[in-house]
Amino acid sequence: MNIMTEAATEELLEKKMNAVPLKMVGKDVSVFYGDKRALYDVNLNVRENTVTALIGPSGCGKSTFLRTLNRMNDTIDGCRVTGMITLDGEDVYDPSIDVVELRARVGMVFQKPNPFPKSIYENVAYGPRIHGLAKSKAELDQVVEQSLQKAGLWNEVKDRLQEGGTGLSGGQQQRLCIARAVAVSPEVILMDEPCSALDPIATAKVEELIHELRTNFTIVIVTHSMQQAARVSQRTAMFHLGNLVEENDTDKMFTNPDDQRTQDYIMGRFG
Amino acid sequence: MTEIVSQASGQIISTAPVRRDIGIRRRYAAERRFRFYGLAAIAFGLVFLFLLLWSVVGKGYTAFWQTELTLPITFSQEVIDPDNKRETDPKVLQAANYPVLVRNALAEKLGVAANDRTALRQVSGLFSDSARVKLRDMVMSDPSIIGKTLPVTILASANIDSAFKGQFDMTVDESSRRVSDRQVAWMDQLVEEGVLASGFNTGLFVNGNSSRPEAAGLGVALVGSLYLMGIVLVLSLPIGVAASIYLEEFAPKNRLTDLIEVNINNLAAVPSIVYGLLGLAVFINFAGLPRSAPLVGGLVLTLMTLPTIIIATRAALRAVPPSIRAAALGLGASKMQTTFHHVLPLAMPGILTGTIIGLAHALGETAPLLLIGMVAFVANIPATPLDPSTALPVQIYMWANEAERAFVERTSGAIIVLLVFLIIMNLGAILLRRRFERRW
Repeated sequence: MNIMTEAATEELLEKKMNAVPLKMVGKDVSVFYGDKRALYDVNLNVRENTVTALIGPSGCGKSTFLRTLNRMNDTIDGCRVTGMITLDGEDVYDPSIDVVELRARVGMVFQKPNPFPKSIYENVAYGPRIHGLAKSKAELDQVVEQSLQKAGLWNEVKDRLQEGGTGLSGGQQQRLCIARAVAVSPEVILMDEPCSALDPIATAKVEELIHELRTNFTIVIVTHSMQQAARVSQRTAMFHLGNLVEENDTDKMFTNPDDQRTQDYIMGRFG
Repeated sequence: MTEIVSQASGQIISTAPVRRDIGIRRRYAAERRFRFYGLAAIAFGLVFLFLLLWSVVGKGYTAFWQTELTLPITFSQEVIDPDNKRETDPKVLQAANYPVLVRNALAEKLGVAANDRTALRQVSGLFSDSARVKLRDMVMSDPSIIGKTLPVTILASANIDSAFKGQFDMTVDESSRRVSDRQVAWMDQLVEEGVLASGFNTGLFVNGNSSRPEAAGLGVALVGSLYLMGIVLVLSLPIGVAASIYLEEFAPKNRLTDLIEVNINNLAAVPSIVYGLLGLAVFINFAGLPRSAPLVGGLVLTLMTLPTIIIATRAALRAVPPSIRAAALGLGASKMQTTFHHVLPLAMPGILTGTIIGLAHALGETAPLLLIGMVAFVANIPATPLDPSTALPVQIYMWANEAERAFVERTSGAIIVLLVFLIIMNLGAILLRRRFERRW
């Protein structure tokens, strides 16, 4: 993974977006649920250390696309993916790629906060533990602390790490889930409407967090809120009825989109 | 129309329109009726539960007390070994007429002449014939007591036990009564002298079966049921849970698994006696395992309990929110890790409850055990699960078929013991559920 300082990242963003390397590439991606086709030949690039927002009306396939990136669709019976998705140039659906390793590299945060019914510490420590990322208890403690700090939760929970993760407020739970994903040190973090179950204050905190996480991680976020996409992302992709309508720089997307449908959706004419 | 004016602000208050009939009264009446039906159903159930407990406990509580005679018995050489041959012929001690020792001791106590044969026969009717075994065991283990006089506690006969507990109607004519007036008089005399007394009936829990009700106990049945439960638990819990986890978490959903699911549900509804026939055919006739053995009973009950455990476990696994699985998989946990680290612990209360209910069901099961020969007269406590044995419900069934009056209270007593075990198991299920219950 290409490690950059914050300043360097900012500088990179100043330049043309096209100079940023492509972390994940989706080429002609189609998804079928049984006989029903959910995605039609989507070509979408995810750039390194960039927040890519996927927007579109309900049922447009944005979550489906997100879940193809770490093969979470594999868990759904009757789901079939065609086309190609690459991570650092490697096809993630290639038989030689292990799905467990892929998910350790491409983490995920879900729509509803879903901490394990265990202590806060155990929630964060679980990933590093199963992947053997910490050699000792002290090292694990450190990983847990760093992850909670990255998720902006450390100060709120440092005195009650052994208490249940499900006892936290909704916003705290979602940040705990982010800390849990971060603890595995993935390269890409997928977020499926991470703020839809949160109040505005918790949402603001998570958005701030996403902004900070961009320094170290590549983020793909599905959101229903256009304002959120505009606030947190650098690139935005608009889906409609299983098709990718437009993919563009967020600034351009919200001021002068290329496609009429994007314009209509952003203006609230459908959705 | 007059307008109402609020006194505080001077503003006009809106007037209510004509009330519509939206059926409020009808709805509340329906709700009241429904509540009444519910209460009536519960009351009905409680009445029958109470009747059941009343009849069982009312008949059976006396089984936990046993009338005993404690008196000094002289182990006289003339009775046990008149020819003094015990050194050379060990059969002498085995075959000696021990009840005569008790009869003589009692006759002496009651002042019955040694030549009054009618009276002596009635004296013999006071104590249980099980005294023979008790005294023989004492003498055989320590022959030096011959010639000595020792205090011994022996069981009263079943008729005296019943009479002492007030279960006989003494107004009936003596000839059609199980105890004579003379015996009743002796009973009073013995009570006064402190010979005849009631004690806790430990024999009910440690003795094997006996055709003499006063000496019959649940020892064999308890040990047999314990073996059965152990075998069922050890076999059905791991097999059932493993099968459920595979079917629920790993197996593809296709026609074959649908077929398996339907069959498991059907198996749960198969009458238990059919499992008994299966066990007879497979385990005894084909595999050649011994009859009447708790091992075979355990295997049959395992087959019978497995569908229950599988259904309960699958329901418990299905009740674990999918978001927990998604969270673990999203972190890169393998399917196995997801299942064993997260899903299984969360399903544990449901699995344990299902298992214990399955076990309790197996504990009370009689029919399949009848077919594999566990309905047998077994007097010796089985040392291994391959020895002949009975089980609690089968013992109840056997005692219920006995003719003697004294077996009535023993049958009810055994039912109480079985119910207590079932209640303990169900309490255990509730406690385990509380202990493991987690919120998410």
